[in-house]
Amino acid sequence: MRVWYLLKFYTILVYGFMFAPILVVLLLAFNDAQFGGFPIQGVSLRWFYKLAENDAILRALKTSLVLGLCSMVIATTLGILAALALVRYSFKGKDIVTTFLISPILVPETVLAVGLLIFMRWLHMPRSFGLLVLGHSIIALPFVVLVVQARLTGIRTDYEEAARSLGAGPVQTFFSITFPLMLPAVFAGALFAFTLSFDNITATIFWRPSGMETVPTQIFGMLRNSVSPEINALGFVMICFTLGVPILAAGLARYFSKHKI
Amino acid sequence: MAQVELRNLVKNYGVVNAVKHANIVFQDGAFTTLLGPSGCGKTTILRMIAGLETPSAGDICINGQRINDVPIHKRNLGLVFQNYALFPHKTIGENIAFGLKYRGVSKSDAVAKVKNALDIVRLPGIENRYPAQLSGGQQQRIALARAIVIEPDVLLLDEPLSALDANLREEMRIELKAIQHRIGVTSVFVTHDQSEALAMSDKIIVMSAGNVEQIGTPDEVYNRPTSEFVARFLGASNVVGSRVEKRDEISVHVTTQDLGSLLLPAANCTGLGAQATQAKIIVRSEKVILNPDPAKGVPAVIKAVDYQGQLARYFITVGSTDLQAMALIAQAPLQVGTQVGVCIDPADCIALSQ
Repeated sequence: MRVWYLLKFYTILVYGFMFAPILVVLLLAFNDAQFGGFPIQGVSLRWFYKLAENDAILRALKTSLVLGLCSMVIATTLGILAALALVRYSFKGKDIVTTFLISPILVPETVLAVGLLIFMRWLHMPRSFGLLVLGHSIIALPFVVLVVQARLTGIRTDYEEAARSLGAGPVQTFFSITFPLMLPAVFAGALFAFTLSFDNITATIFWRPSGMETVPTQIFGMLRNSVSPEINALGFVMICFTLGVPILAAGLARYFSKHKI
Repeated sequence: MAQVELRNLVKNYGVVNAVKHANIVFQDGAFTTLLGPSGCGKTTILRMIAGLETPSAGDICINGQRINDVPIHKRNLGLVFQNYALFPHKTIGENIAFGLKYRGVSKSDAVAKVKNALDIVRLPGIENRYPAQLSGGQQQRIALARAIVIEPDVLLLDEPLSALDANLREEMRIELKAIQHRIGVTSVFVTHDQSEALAMSDKIIVMSAGNVEQIGTPDEVYNRPTSEFVARFLGASNVVGSRVEKRDEISVHVTTQDLGSLLLPAANCTGLGAQATQAKIIVRSEKVILNPDPAKGVPAVIKAVDYQGQLARYFITVGSTDLQAMALIAQAPLQVGTQVGVCIDPADCIALSQ
């Protein structure tokens, strides 16, 4: 029995260690004082108002959203196609292609970032928003491939064979059978891709053109001067966003599956 | 309606010959079964007809037209799978109507055709349900309805009953055969279950290791096997070695080690080479008659009994020869160790070359 109590205590400690910093940010966002710290002196939303008036942050937020959506669309599309090729077809060098597709996870992000930068320099291409989209897509691609591949492996080929035998061509079969069946994985992969791009800072610092900020680089920049309570408010927004989107998605997925099957 | 013909069909997977030079004609409107153990090539043949596998050599013809290069979705075949393969995200109605979409059938016609197909498989009025809400047997009927609603030239059935439990399987095979008979579609049925094959087929093609062993009606392959493999695969058969003593137009005289000499009618010896000196004598276990009186027949001892209710299977020893005997019984089976007399009618024996 004692062992179980110890284990419980230890588990609580681990979770506390993981979530306490996030909780601090969430709480301090509502602190009225200029120089935040505990105990909280008065609750107010003034830092949120200030945040909403800060043009630089709104610009960064817009950049991050557009960047995230673009990377998501590209990584998801490529990821689906790659997973289809890897699961449904056999070709020479399949193992090498798989390793190659997954490698952005294995390579340290800094190395990947510098590598792509040198490559673009070699092509005489300046740093640009396009480069950011390209880079973020590369980072997100392995996650989409892995998630979709796992799902696709579980979908028996006889569904597709049945559709083909009934008269559907390869493309019709994909859109009427394969795609709907792997939709949950596509959804999850797309979410992964968006969140990875939205949260990325290391590679973004290397790739962004001068003057362009995403939300993480903006926060990073602001931290260099001082710890403004605005950052806590921004942190609050980011946490709500990155947690809220997947939870909403999961809820929607559950709602749809309940009302369809 | 259509006749399917395979000419010298070969399929190799690397160095493995899955199908070796198959020459088969599937008659128009007939129910033909490809029967054999797993890995004998029967499913590969079905998948090649369906267009899901590409032949390594040879031709597949439907009504004389070579269809090797016709893609699956243009072949107009109905395919029924072992695991039903109903689309889980579509309703029963959408599942059945799926193939009609690609055949230019109007919405209202499709509704009528779906209704008719559901009537044929005796599951009317379930258009709006999802496959997961149906039992295995119902799902297989829907799979059949989906395959026949497109009025296919050929119906291909890949072990469609093997995922069902035993009672349902026997019920479904009677119904499946009845539906096939009613709509008269040329059907190719793949199974490893000999009783299914015997019960349903107009013609059975027995296969082993990529080769066609025998083609014939259920009665022919059961009662007139042309090889030891066919005899053994279609129910329990005894195979006994013998020496050919004398041979003429009407009969063949052979002697066995423990069962004495037998005078077989020549008609039972078509599988015996003209110059053969040795012969394999094949006799089905239900043709081995046990007489409670050891004096009436060749004396034997019962070594083991497999009691199945209305049937009993006896494992007996005659001298140094082991035999199986199957008997319909009304009372308790004979006990192990009982002395019996074995009677075998030579007319029930088939002689094959060694």
